[in-house]
Parts: sequence; structure tokens; C-alpha cells
Amino acid sequence: MVRAVAVKQAESQAGAALDVEEVSHHFNIDGKTLPVLDRVTLNARPGEFVALLGPSGCGKSTLLRLVAGLEPPRSGRLLEDGRAITGLNPSRVVVFQDPTLFPWRTVWKNVALGLEAQGIIKSERHRVDAALELVGLKSFANAYPHQLSGGMAQRVSLARALVNDPDILILDEPLGKLDSLTRLSMQTEIVSLWQRQGFTTLLVTHDIEEALFLAQRVIVFSDRPAKMKADIAVDRAYPRHRGDPYLADLRHEILGLLGLDETW
Amino acid sequence: MSTYSVSSALDLAREGPRSSRIIKLGRVLRVRLVGVVASLSWLAFGMSCHWRADIGDWSRTNEVATAAFVISGLILVVALAAFWSQRAADVVQRRAPWLVLLGIVLAVWEAVTAKLGWLPLPFFPSPQAIVEVYTDDFPKLLDSVWASVKLQLGGYAIGAAVGFITGVSIGWSRAVGYWVHPLLRFIGPLPATAWLPIAFFAFPSSWSASTFLIALATGFPVTVLTWSGVASVSNAYYDVARTLGAKPSFLVFKVAIPAALPHVFVGLFMGLGASFAVLVVAEMMGVKAGLGWYLQWAQGWAAYANMYAALLVMSLLCSGAITALFRVRDRLLIWQKGVVKW
Repeated sequence: MVRAVAVKQAESQAGAALDVEEVSHHFNIDGKTLPVLDRVTLNARPGEFVALLGPSGCGKSTLLRLVAGLEPPRSGRLLEDGRAITGLNPSRVVVFQDPTLFPWRTVWKNVALGLEAQGIIKSERHRVDAALELVGLKSFANAYPHQLSGGMAQRVSLARALVNDPDILILDEPLGKLDSLTRLSMQTEIVSLWQRQGFTTLLVTHDIEEALFLAQRVIVFSDRPAKMKADIAVDRAYPRHRGDPYLADLRHEILGLLGLDETW
Repeated sequence: MSTYSVSSALDLAREGPRSSRIIKLGRVLRVRLVGVVASLSWLAFGMSCHWRADIGDWSRTNEVATAAFVISGLILVVALAAFWSQRAADVVQRRAPWLVLLGIVLAVWEAVTAKLGWLPLPFFPSPQAIVEVYTDDFPKLLDSVWASVKLQLGGYAIGAAVGFITGVSIGWSRAVGYWVHPLLRFIGPLPATAWLPIAFFAFPSSWSASTFLIALATGFPVTVLTWSGVASVSNAYYDVARTLGAKPSFLVFKVAIPAALPHVFVGLFMGLGASFAVLVVAEMMGVKAGLGWYLQWAQGWAAYANMYAALLVMSLLCSGAITALFRVRDRLLIWQKGVVKW
């Protein structure tokens, strides 16, 4: 019941469909070719929350860079709502592992960055305030980044992404460097932001529990070059519970897929 | 063992407040006392002027003595005010030790030059001789200061602006870097003063030649440090800005330049030091005005008092310029407070 409401809410708002078709990519390092993605195909419905899980260095983050438009793929196609992704667009925003806030800007001006870059800050100042409100940092508007804790800095970088009203939010291990307690509360926050704003979310992580706690679908990648190993639907309503035996079973299954069965 | 330690702890506790109050009182008295001593040391300087007849012919001895007495009186007033006013006490605590030293040094200086003649005369002028320069040669000194400031400001502004723009361009564009970098490598390390002979005949006036040299001395460090600042900006900043829809101009003006600004200020600081040296040399060699010229002129007449007077003014101007630069930096780089140690 709760899930139905959440999904309906999500689908009623923005959120774009994402199609990745037969995408391969490689890097040239010292004249050698290093394949990182091997004919990856995946689709996300508008407003869907998809987690990409895989061993460290397998090429998940490269896939995100391609989706964002930071680099073009060597072969294959990426489509947003059926239109080819050819370059950067503020409708697809990335939250990186490091908050990378600009240290010379206050929190408010950091969040305003996207609107300023697009030249619409003058008329849209209220969106900055709203985004800060959304992540609960309104009272820190005039603080400088070095005055923030790690979790607060990452919330600012979330606000900096959300202020652009993205159709697709790309999260590149956004909680990877936070302490475990902050991480747990941020996971809950990300779910509620996603439910409220309704954007399509692509989350890269190597934390299985995080993927299962947050996403509607978990896609498991192989070692480099990344190939899709499994596409697992997490059919559980939000808010989820970490002790849910259903999630525990899925976790066991995924550990097996990653060749870590003996750690169970 | 344990009873002993307990009783000693109790003793300490009982004695604590009283002894700390005594220490505090002592400290307060000492602060006030230093103020009175400072007043006395300036009184001594004033009296040293009246101690016996000058061995030379100086017209301002009495004025200097009077000024010393006035300063001594003022210090005494503040030192006494410190018994009631915390603000006065703070001022006394900060300034008084230096004032004590200054008064003593001036008194000794007065004694060994004007009164006893222990130091050979034309080379070691007395305090009143230097004061005499300020009172009697004021218009010429002011003209020199004005000429130096004008020349320095013009050259420095041009050098800083050109250096900054060049640095950003090299740091940003590979093509510009390709052409400018070798030029910079060969011309930059050359001391600007080495251009002096060429500059003075290549430029229409000695003033424009000096402006060029000062700009050159300023421009090199500013260029190199701006460039290295822009080049060292993390790619992550550009990625973030680009994903948020930033155009190239935004990346330059809102990412590269602010991120490079701490480096730029190091360059501006180094350029300022280098430009002072060039300014003085240029004024000594060719320009017929300014403090460097005044120094040269004073030396020609063996007017050592004038030289010291001009040197003092020069050091005040240079340190003033550096202080001003630091003020600007502190304002623009306020965000660095707490990130780096100043």
C-alpha cells in the first residue's frame, strides 16, 4: 500500500526514462587499450531508483560519466526519454563521492552554482532557499564549506544537484566517504528526497545493504570490463527495514554473484 | 601517603584563590608600571636634549625636546588611565615595552651624537638633524614621495594586470601556453634592472622606461604564480561546474580564477618586493625625481641626515604598500580562514 503511493507519487512528477543500449567503452593508457564497459544494456523507467553494484574499479563510475554526458561512449547509445545523450545537460546532475564544494563560496552560493551557470539565478533565488530547506541546512546558508561536517557537506552537494530540478539524478557513491552512522541517516534522507521529487535515480555503490535499502532494482556488474551479471528487483515497500529477512536473502544471493559466498 | 596527598590538595585548594589573586594583582601592577617606565624613558630623551650644548649647529633641538616631553606626558596620562580603563590597559600592555625601548634608544642616540660626539659626525646625524630635514626640506621630500608613489603605482598596476591576464591565458589555453611559455622562461628570470640601459634609450622618456621596468619586475612573478594557480585547479571542480551547465567563460571566471586567487596573491606579493628594488634603481639611474633620486642627491652633498630621513619615509611607504596588499587579500580570501594557517 505504502509502496503503491510512493511509486505513484514518483511517477506523477518529473523523472525521465533512461536507456543504455549496447554501450562499450575503453580507455587508452600508455598506448594500451583498457576495456571498462562491455556491451552494457539497461533501462530505467521514469522515476525509478536503480542501483549499480559491482566490485571496486569495475567501470560503474565510467558508466555514470557517460550517462551524465561528461564523455561520449566508444560504441552504443544512451537515450534520455528517447533522445540521444550527446553532451552535458543540467537535467542530468551528478553527485560525486567527494562533495567537491567550492571552498571560496558560501553554502548558499555553492547551491546556487547551477542556476548561476545557466544565468537564471536572479529570478530563481527562491529555488536555492528551497533546496537548502529540503536538506535541512537553511541555517548554514552563510557558512563556508570548511565549517561543515562530512555529512553536511554531502547534503549541500545534494542540494546543489536538486536545485536544478533534475530528471535524472546520478549518485556516484555519494555516501562512500561518510562514517557509518551518518551514512545510515543519509540513506533514509535520499529515499525521502527521491519520493518527494520523483526524479529517476541511478546510484553507484559497492555497499550491498545500501543498494537493497534504497533501490527498486539492483543491477550487479562483473569485474572489469563491466558486464551485467544480474538484474534483481527489490520488491519491498518503503520505508524498508534493514533486518527484513527478504533483504537478507537478496543480500546472500548478491554476495554469491560477486563470488563472495564464503563471507556469508 | 594518601592522607598526605589529600591534605596537600586541600592546602592547595585553600591557597588557590588567594595566590591567584596576588598573581593577578602583580600582573596588573606590572602592566601599569611598564607604562610609567615608558613615560620616564621619553622624559629621559627630552632631558638628554637639554643636557648640554649641541656640538654641532642644529636648529630644532628645543622642538625635539618639547615633543619628547609632550609624548612622555601623554604616555603618563594613558598609563594612569589604565588603572581605571581596561581599554587603556590593553593599549599600554601592547605598546609600552616598545615605547620604553624607543625612548632609551633615542636618548642614547642623542647623547652619543649631539652631546658627546662619540660617533663621527656627517655619517651619524643626531635625531634633531633628521627632524630638521622633515621640517625644513619638507616640500622637496613631499615631491619625491609623490613622484615615487606615482611611478610605482602605475608600473605595478600595469605589471599586475598584464601578469594576471597572461597567467590565466597560459594556464587555460594550451595554444597560448605553447607560444608564451618559452618567452617567459628566457625573459622572466632576467633581473628587470638588466634592461635598464636598453630601456632608457628605447623609451621616449625615463618615466616611461621606469614604468616598463617596474611592470616587468612585477609581471613575471604574477604571471608564473597565476599560471600555476590556474593549472593546479582540480578537474573535479570543472566536472561539477560542467554538469551543472557551466559554459567555458563561467569555468574561467567563476572556477579557475577564484581557485587560483591564493597563488595570485603570492605572486602579487613577490612582484611588489621586486618592483620596489627596480623603482629605487631606476630613480637613482635616470629619473630626475623620487625618493631614489633624493637619496642619490643627498649622498652627493654628503647630507646624511637627508638620506636617513628619506630611508625612513621609504620604509614606511613600502611596509604600508605591503600592509595594504595583505588587507586586500584578507578581504578577498576570507574563505581561507580556518583552511590554512595565515
